[in-house]
Amino acid sequence: MSEVPSQQPVVVVDRVSKSYRRGAQLIHVLKEINLTIEEGSFVALMGPSGSGKSTLLNLIAGIDRPDAGSLVVAGTDITQLDESELAAWRTRHVGFIFQFYNLLPVLTGLENVELPLLLSGLSRRQRREHAMVALELVGLSHRIHHYPRELSGGEQQRVAIARAIVTDPTLLVADEPTGDLDKASATEVLGLMDQLNRDFGKTIIMVTHDPHAAAKAGVTRHLDKGVLNNSSD
Amino acid sequence: MELIKLILRNTGRHRLRTVLTILGMAVAILAFCLLRTVVDAWYAGVAGASPNRLVTRNAVSLVFTLPISYKQKILQVPGVNKVSYANWFAGIYVDEKQFFPRIAVGAENFFDLFPEFIIDPDQLRTFKGQRNACIAGRKLIEKYGWKLGDTIPLTGNIYPGEWRFVLRGVYRGAAKTTDETQFFFRWDYLDESLRKTSPFRSGQAGWYVVQIENPMESQTISQTIDALFKNSSAETLTETEKAFQLGFVAMTDAIVIAIRVVSVVVIGVILMVLANTMAMSARDRMSEYAVLKTLGFGNTFLFVIIAGESVTIALCGGVLGMLLAFPTASVFSRELGTLLPIFHISGTTLFLGSAVTVGIGLLSALFPAWRATRVRIAEALRHIG
Repeated sequence: MSEVPSQQPVVVVDRVSKSYRRGAQLIHVLKEINLTIEEGSFVALMGPSGSGKSTLLNLIAGIDRPDAGSLVVAGTDITQLDESELAAWRTRHVGFIFQFYNLLPVLTGLENVELPLLLSGLSRRQRREHAMVALELVGLSHRIHHYPRELSGGEQQRVAIARAIVTDPTLLVADEPTGDLDKASATEVLGLMDQLNRDFGKTIIMVTHDPHAAAKAGVTRHLDKGVLNNSSD
Repeated sequence: MELIKLILRNTGRHRLRTVLTILGMAVAILAFCLLRTVVDAWYAGVAGASPNRLVTRNAVSLVFTLPISYKQKILQVPGVNKVSYANWFAGIYVDEKQFFPRIAVGAENFFDLFPEFIIDPDQLRTFKGQRNACIAGRKLIEKYGWKLGDTIPLTGNIYPGEWRFVLRGVYRGAAKTTDETQFFFRWDYLDESLRKTSPFRSGQAGWYVVQIENPMESQTISQTIDALFKNSSAETLTETEKAFQLGFVAMTDAIVIAIRVVSVVVIGVILMVLANTMAMSARDRMSEYAVLKTLGFGNTFLFVIIAGESVTIALCGGVLGMLLAFPTASVFSRELGTLLPIFHISGTTLFLGSAVTVGIGLLSALFPAWRATRVRIAEALRHIG
């Protein structure tokens, strides 16, 4: 995994706009957003519902495309990539943590973590080893053969974090990672993310409603009605 | 390996739905195989036709006979090796439901022209030496429990009277497709009786079987034979044995077409059932497909896991249906008896069944796979939870 953070920008969002059409109505979700995120930082994006924070996260993670502007993430202008190039780029550079974990229910914890490595060209044994390391890191090496339905919400989210870090991505994106968890589990998950940032220098961008979660991040940016406030906490 | 594991586990997710679909598929493929076998049975005579045999019959209709004197003339035609003859006797054994072909044949060489009928030489010699002797197929004697030496009584309808034949031989087919339900007796025994009761009907053959040297010359020889009897009171029509048999099948063409249509409909129905099952499964898993795409898996991977599941279900049902087809065909064969004497599942039917199975599996996956590949990650993930 990566070492101590340097202060290189890993994300440069330049005048990015995004709108959706709902029936005849055009909704401007993001309006000329500019944002720079340094490598190794832990950034929380906050804002009320519909402010565009998840949309901004999706754009940075390359799972949605902007209408205008450029997005340079991990040294690549991802707006210039076609679908298959973007998919390959995501595999290399982005680890995803979702609010509802999104583990495949037919795979065990170990198999879920191993899943992104199927695209890596590693041997079966190497995949297993990598997945085990990630699961040990999140403290779940004793639950590897359990299916998601046999795990608590907190455990499922930790498996999801292991899946996100197993490929050693440049960037971790988390959309409301504690939104579906009880307080104790949420604390555990945030602690884990904090550890990944501090000890392994992982750049993390987290969307959250929760001020306690945001407090774990070094930087908090606020979005409101598609506009990013200039101030940061 | 992981891919196969994922496909198999997805297949088992909705057990009841999967099991019911597999059973539906099995029934459809079973029906397909049986219907195909019925069509094959219909064409069994055509399939069993030899390329070096011609059939000469009355040009007006098979109902009308030909003088027995034609035999020598046909034999003179260059390229003709042997000529034999036969008459359709019909008749009734026990009651009208007991159908099997009863044919009066030229005892001296009829079986020489049909090497696919394998007869013990001693039995054939006895048949040739006894006027009221008869030879029956293996399946026929098994069905009625006849033994050599038994007297088989037939009531004539085309040739009225009470006829009694002594079973002197049993033939078995050289191939699985050889009809073993026919009953042959001597033409001269029939003719002898007709000379006494209906002299004007004697000395007549229903058709001639002509063995030729070179199947490539069948058209020329047929034309030469027919030219011999041009403008006679009984003009002839000579054709290959295959064309002769096809003429019979053509009479019941509508039934064959109907059976084929039904088999296509059955396949169409199960295609829709499986497509619906796959569409439901894919709809349930749209968010999972979005996650897979998020992780970097491409459209080909999504198509493979959806098509893999669909083909797995189709194969389970298809293989089950084809396995069930064998015992079911045996029951049908027993019940149909001599009506469709060649009733067995052919290799071609199994191949077609397998091809249809895989085809249904792949086609059923097309729409859900197309939807999965079109899913927009951000949109699909927004609906989770």
